Amino acid sequence: MAIHEKSLIRPENLKTHDKLVIDGVDVSGHWSTFIEPRVVTDYNEALQDEIAALPGGEHIHRCWQCGSCTNSCTVNAVNPDFNPRYWIYLIRIGMESELLRDKDIIWQCVSCNKCTYACPRDVVPEGVMKATAHWLELKGHTPKSNSQIFDEVFTEQVVATGKIEEGRTIRGFFARTGQPLAQEWLVEMVKRVARRLPFKQGIAMAWSTVFRPKTKNWSKARAALGEYIHEQEARNRKALSLPDRHSGDLH
Amino acid sequence: MKADKKSKYQRVAYYPGCALEGTGHAYNQSTKVVGKELGLRLDEVKDWNCCGAMEVKNIDPKVQTYLSSRVMSIAANEMKHSVVMAPCNGCYHNLKKAEYDLGHDQGSRETVDRISKKAGHETYQAGQVETIHALDWIKDGIGEDELKRRVKSSLKGLKIANYYGCMYTRPRHIFPEKDRGPGSDSTSKPHFMDDLLEAAGAENVDFALKTACCGGAHTLSDSDMSTKLVLNILEAAEAAGADVIATECPTCHSGLEMHQVRAEKVLGRKTRVKMLYFTQLLGVALGLAPRKLGIHENVSDGVEVLKEKGLA
Repeated sequence: MAIHEKSLIRPENLKTHDKLVIDGVDVSGHWSTFIEPRVVTDYNEALQDEIAALPGGEHIHRCWQCGSCTNSCTVNAVNPDFNPRYWIYLIRIGMESELLRDKDIIWQCVSCNKCTYACPRDVVPEGVMKATAHWLELKGHTPKSNSQIFDEVFTEQVVATGKIEEGRTIRGFFARTGQPLAQEWLVEMVKRVARRLPFKQGIAMAWSTVFRPKTKNWSKARAALGEYIHEQEARNRKALSLPDRHSGDLH
Repeated sequence: MKADKKSKYQRVAYYPGCALEGTGHAYNQSTKVVGKELGLRLDEVKDWNCCGAMEVKNIDPKVQTYLSSRVMSIAANEMKHSVVMAPCNGCYHNLKKAEYDLGHDQGSRETVDRISKKAGHETYQAGQVETIHALDWIKDGIGEDELKRRVKSSLKGLKIANYYGCMYTRPRHIFPEKDRGPGSDSTSKPHFMDDLLEAAGAENVDFALKTACCGGAHTLSDSDMSTKLVLNILEAAEAAGADVIATECPTCHSGLEMHQVRAEKVLGRKTRVKMLYFTQLLGVALGLAPRKLGIHENVSDGVEVLKEKGLA
């Protein structure tokens, strides 16, 4: 029996009657709960192939639903609705409509790779989570997640200069997500650092915000990486049958 | 084999990575100072670049493979080194991952070769260098016995929870040298940091969350999740009786510090355990001044605890 049938029951389809007799049989109460049938016809037969075409999703077909991923999952321990095994199941049978019910939490994978460690079939569930989150955004089902925005700000900086200057990345992230930089806890952090920071390091950090650290001899690598990333973006869009897009952005 | 490693690790290519030039400055400083004190030499990788971190891998895994391969290529081809040492778990993980991908995946090899040629440097070939973590460097380059002999100010009485994080051990296939029995490290129960700090006289507490995740990937993009995960780690360490959490990664370290503050500010849950880099703790045991080890730079102020124990 498919192990996820319970998850496919909608709460509104569960019917419990306080007093009900049918053909002389008493079917009252919780132990006689009825489940109203539901028919799903809108399968997306291309779903597994589309996820497999995106980086990280390549090995989804290997899954045999043992559940080691969900069992070991860091995020599942905090939020039981975060269920990689279930989503892999839905993707493999093409139940897009069911997958979309969880579309707003799939990006929350923290990439701890406990699932990848535990998986006996080398599915790399962590990669599948990234591919699925990417798929949801490319298809327009979800806006760009904060995580995706952070990754883009970070990657743009690495491609441009070869290095990361953390202050710049953090400021860029807060600006692009429209959040105020002066979060109470961040201010407290900065205060605690500033109190003890040696003068020399303080100057060095201020210096690096004005003159961004750069890798020497980086210009050719920058050009090669920019070209490759655009090529991959076009390839990913094509795999999902999306029209080509030309933008100045990295993504 | 052990003697071979010992001589190989006396002088290695050093890859600090971006975080060690920013928030992890104290880790950079203490690693260098401890290395110098122990007589181990570091040659910083010339013109190094970001390893790609998790962020670039999420955008495109092969771009991360290329970025890490460039660092190894410079170390091998320009500097003629056979060992690259990275103290940051993220850098260490990514160089290992690139090594694995280049050794096992033709597509990765082709992409890296194409980008390397356009970027104008030699393509890194799998096997040219061995990437090690700062833990391996001290564990195999010096060893517990030698370390014990060099301890000037034993960490006796200091209770430590050793926190290794995710990237140091997972996924296991990129760390083929681990899980090789006695003398090797384990991917499920890592122990190199425990071994070194024990040799320095510390009392390691029984800590179940050694390889738990601190939520570092989403430290800003999903802060509530990260705060919950960090609070688990901090409270478990305190319940185990730890004065200090020893760290070996700048991202884990600053994540624990940041979300310790955030848990206090946002959730009203205060924890008192302090975070110190394992290199800072080793430095204290070797008799180096806390200031030289950047201990006063940590957000969670470890100086008080060290003073209580008569170590500062």
